[in-house]
Amino acid sequence: MSAAGPPVLDVVRAGPATTVQDLGRPGLAHLGVTRSGAADRRALRLANRLVGNPEAAAGLEVTLGGLAVRPSADVEVAVTGAGGPLDVDGRPVGRNAVLHVRAGQVLALGTATAGLRRYLAVRGGVAVPAVLGSRSRDTLAGIGPEALRDGDRLPVGPPPPGPPLVDLAPVPDPLSGEVVLDAVRGPRDDLLPAAVVDRLWAVRWSVDPASDRVGVRLALPHDDVQHGPDPAAQSGAGSVPSEGMVRGAVQVPPSGLPVLFLADHPVTGGYPVVAVLTDASADRAAQLRPGQGVRLRTVRP
Amino acid sequence: MTDRRLLACGDVGVLVDAEPDDVLPLHAGLRRSWAAGNAPDGVLDLVPAERSLLVVLDPARTDVARVAAWVRATPSEAVDDAHAAEVTVDVRYDGEDLDAVAAHAGLTAAEVVAAHTASPWRVAFTGFAPGFGYLVGGDPRLAIPRLDTPRVRVPAGAVALAGRYCGIYPRPSPGGWRIIGSTDAVLWDVDRDPPALLRPGLRVRFRAVGR
Repeated sequence: MSAAGPPVLDVVRAGPATTVQDLGRPGLAHLGVTRSGAADRRALRLANRLVGNPEAAAGLEVTLGGLAVRPSADVEVAVTGAGGPLDVDGRPVGRNAVLHVRAGQVLALGTATAGLRRYLAVRGGVAVPAVLGSRSRDTLAGIGPEALRDGDRLPVGPPPPGPPLVDLAPVPDPLSGEVVLDAVRGPRDDLLPAAVVDRLWAVRWSVDPASDRVGVRLALPHDDVQHGPDPAAQSGAGSVPSEGMVRGAVQVPPSGLPVLFLADHPVTGGYPVVAVLTDASADRAAQLRPGQGVRLRTVRP
Repeated sequence: MTDRRLLACGDVGVLVDAEPDDVLPLHAGLRRSWAAGNAPDGVLDLVPAERSLLVVLDPARTDVARVAAWVRATPSEAVDDAHAAEVTVDVRYDGEDLDAVAAHAGLTAAEVVAAHTASPWRVAFTGFAPGFGYLVGGDPRLAIPRLDTPRVRVPAGAVALAGRYCGIYPRPSPGGWRIIGSTDAVLWDVDRDPPALLRPGLRVRFRAVGR
């Protein structure tokens, strides 16, 4: 079955929420289009570097796991991001490393065990048609290639000129215990009562299962009663004039339960942004799992 | 130089406070400077909004201080109404809230249509969904609060009012604005360049095509 023509990845199993992502489509926010792109950009960049791609090449973002692909020709791939089982034809292989997968073999990503999102880069990039300059799926606006389905055939682009420069990247897995994210106060922390802002830093939050690529929703863990009144008992401020949002914005709606905006955040929002995660912490936020504990730590800009 | 209030958004953005009438000139000035290559490398997006403008930046290529200095050094650009680009949108004034808007304004439905079409509107900013523009500058008698309970589904092409704004739904979505009519205009098409019919600064003239 040595198929002629450019190689493709046959999607044997798509998994529950696998999308094509690159580094998004910046520059269109004034038309109402958010940047989108990989939720954990650092992990996608690393996967691309491993296979010698430009950092902005499109790969697959595999949420939780469940993806299995079969290349039609020999390919070099790398899987980064969340930790979890990874095998070729049932034989375990390493993450954060260059993998050679032969035509007809099946590369399978099991359920992530530490972190949430895994990134698969293939040398040459996933070459589905770009929409508005990007191959990213914007799940909020519905722009870009649809989420993967079983039986999809994904074209692989021509290999870049240079060979991969590194075989292995020693990076730590995302943490599976309590995670501390760094955030800078502002821009609108002065619109909320000090007690509400202070609680943001004091509480050990829990990641709500309703979180998605738009944002990580924070909830109070059931065992967390020592902090007194539920912040859901009103943040003291309603909506504010709509204004531009950034990835990493910590928005506090009237419920008092914060939302950490991820890649598919709305272009504008109408609730006060009390703090903004650093760019590095926004990547780490994308690896938070439902139920995981998270604290926010204020850092200087 | 201006003494605008600038607020950092972590290491990834600079939010500029502005009066509503000042947002478009601020945006026009920054966009022209950016297009001319005078912005710091690493500016990614300009996001005009109701009373602010956000500059999004790539912290690997620039930083908040450099972008803030650029914003302060860049003059606003007066918006030239007489020469602004204009688009005409044909509307069937058959919206289910037309009578409610008329009652709220103390007008007849026909007078609402006349007021809505009499003078051009202007796209102040976008958001909510790709291709959705917040239009301002219309007849102030048409100002009306949004619905207490948003509709679960508003059809694409619905022309609607909320507060001092007019907007057109680019695609079916939930929505709480008061629907006064409908249009066949295509607000958003990814295969068109530019994909959005409405962009900040554009003038929009509504034309009645029967009820």
